[in-house]
Amino acid sequence: MTVQTAFDKARAEDRAALVGYLPAAFPSREGGIRAVTAMVEAGCDVIEIGLPYSDPMMDGPTIQDAVHHALVGGARVADVFAAVEAVAATGVPALVMTYWNPVDRYGVEAFARDLASAGGSGLITPDLTPEEAGPWVEASDAHDLDRVFLVALSSTDERIDKITRLSRGFVYAASLMGVTGARTAVDTGAPRLVERTRAAIAAQGRDLPVGLGLGVGDGRQAAEVAGFADGVIVGSAFVRRLLDGSTLEEGLADLRELTADLAAGVRSGR
Amino acid sequence: MTIDAARGTSTPLPDSEGHFGIYGGRFAPEALMAALAELEREFAAAMADPAFTGELNDLLANYAGRPSLLTEAKRFAEHAGGARVLLKREDLNHTGSHKINNVLGQALLARRMGKRRLIAETGAGQHGVATATAAALLGLECTVFMGELDTERQALNVARMRMLGAAVVPVGTGSRTLKDACNEAFRDWVATVDHTHYCVGSTMGPHPFPTMVRDLQRVIGVEARAQVLELTGRLPDAVVACVGGGSNSMGAFHAFVPDEGVGLYGFEAAGDGIETGRHAATITGGSVGVIHGMRTYLLQDAEGQTIESHSISAGLDYPGVGPEHSWLHDSGRAVYAPITDAEAMEAFALLCRTEGVIPAIESAHALAGALKVGRELGPDAVVVVCLSGRGDKDMHTAAEYFGLMPAGEASA
Repeated sequence: MTVQTAFDKARAEDRAALVGYLPAAFPSREGGIRAVTAMVEAGCDVIEIGLPYSDPMMDGPTIQDAVHHALVGGARVADVFAAVEAVAATGVPALVMTYWNPVDRYGVEAFARDLASAGGSGLITPDLTPEEAGPWVEASDAHDLDRVFLVALSSTDERIDKITRLSRGFVYAASLMGVTGARTAVDTGAPRLVERTRAAIAAQGRDLPVGLGLGVGDGRQAAEVAGFADGVIVGSAFVRRLLDGSTLEEGLADLRELTADLAAGVRSGR
Repeated sequence: MTIDAARGTSTPLPDSEGHFGIYGGRFAPEALMAALAELEREFAAAMADPAFTGELNDLLANYAGRPSLLTEAKRFAEHAGGARVLLKREDLNHTGSHKINNVLGQALLARRMGKRRLIAETGAGQHGVATATAAALLGLECTVFMGELDTERQALNVARMRMLGAAVVPVGTGSRTLKDACNEAFRDWVATVDHTHYCVGSTMGPHPFPTMVRDLQRVIGVEARAQVLELTGRLPDAVVACVGGGSNSMGAFHAFVPDEGVGLYGFEAAGDGIETGRHAATITGGSVGVIHGMRTYLLQDAEGQTIESHSISAGLDYPGVGPEHSWLHDSGRAVYAPITDAEAMEAFALLCRTEGVIPAIESAHALAGALKVGRELGPDAVVVVCLSGRGDKDMHTAAEYFGLMPAGEASA
């Protein structure tokens, strides 16, 4: 299933899609695969596999901790592809979310090839701007992969147009000015950003879903976001459950519980 | 010598998107793109505004103490193959290093843009001290991010920043040094960008920072070029500087780039030696990738994870380098070579004892390089060395290194 298909399916059910993030090889290689599988079973429509990177400049303390843990445990790019393969085998689309340098180092074309052959749907690239994205646009076209770029509250209309033109799969609207991490409230500017992004897409005569992420942590917030966005993206809250579980089994049980809460949320927002 | 608004730069680089050849650019979160574009516009407007450059030049002259001296180091030169060695005395600036040149410009710009708060990353603490100083002078709030390891080895500078009213945030993640302080500063900035200016301390980061910092530091080379012409009647054979992120070196080099007969030499920190893997010599021992918003040489493993750098000098302990240096290296216009901790400390002691000048350990890398360049070029050569900072902050490290503490007083 492609990302677009997953969003279409949610739309047909008159609800938002639930997009869940976890870094690869966290809390361990095997535990990480069990965790994303649990998230799929409990109701995630799309999975983002994070590529653990030494300098997570845009992540808050929760994801920093998890990524550090994964790297100390010896996380490799191969673990990312293994997690993608496991998710893809369930029929749910898997995207890789990554800082640019590991892809650049691997080789953009080689990364696209290996991601596609693992069954991955595409990449989310938080520090790759359209201006620097030439090689990735080429490689993703060659391998039929989705390109998820981000728009922000501070983006001008001109930039939103530029970014959405390059995007495929969905557009990631960052709901707040800040790093990753659950917050108690959704930023009041978020609905307006989604609206501006949709307007830009409509003006291009295209149909592309808009997912909203950063700061969403529970079913109540998910319902609120589902009221105005096509997808609800949750990361740190999942990571937090695994960090806090005293055993892997406990963490996985909490993860399922959170997924179910969020899945109910995305179904009650409209 | 002053910053000339009309000829802020003398080369066509970077291009409109901040590229020096394949290097530089903007690898930044979308949330910062509006602020980076605004900064680029506002800096260009400010540098074209005589009121702004007038105020900056006034501060450089009457607050920072510019122009800095060009001091001939005759006794030191005896160890450099007899070449004439001229020290560009950035150590004599207010706050003790070249960092103040950049910070005064950015702090004035921040105020002009209506920002009320400055943030900065710092390694040795020199940039943090300079930023705290400018913030105090202009009545701005200031927060400085510093790796925990660096707060320990540069404790005196932590106290200086706090005395000046800045908040110092020790960063305990990753290698607990400069790169992690940069990460934390970017994390702060993305959440505070409406009222905060990130005063980047070196010729690094996403466009326009590498260019802006270079343009604010190029006063070093502009002054040195005129001073050496006046003193010797000719251009120097070599300009020598240490390279961490690369701001004092870029500042020293830039005015000389069009002078083809002038050799440009950047000396990187080789720590325990390139072969040990424990070093910070990015160009010598690194490969091309993306870090902190720019494409450049960096220390990374086969999977693109940053390799932690090592140097006795906190100010050079950084796994990346400014993108313009990467370009100068590839183009062959500048030569980059490594200096080990041991070579730097030997040159540190030599300058102390031959000239009565205690250099920063960062600058001691340039001095060690100058000894090599002087010996290579011979007694007719004129070598300008950028003495980027003074060594007061390094006394603890030096005392331990040379065993100067009486028994029982040394601390770990």
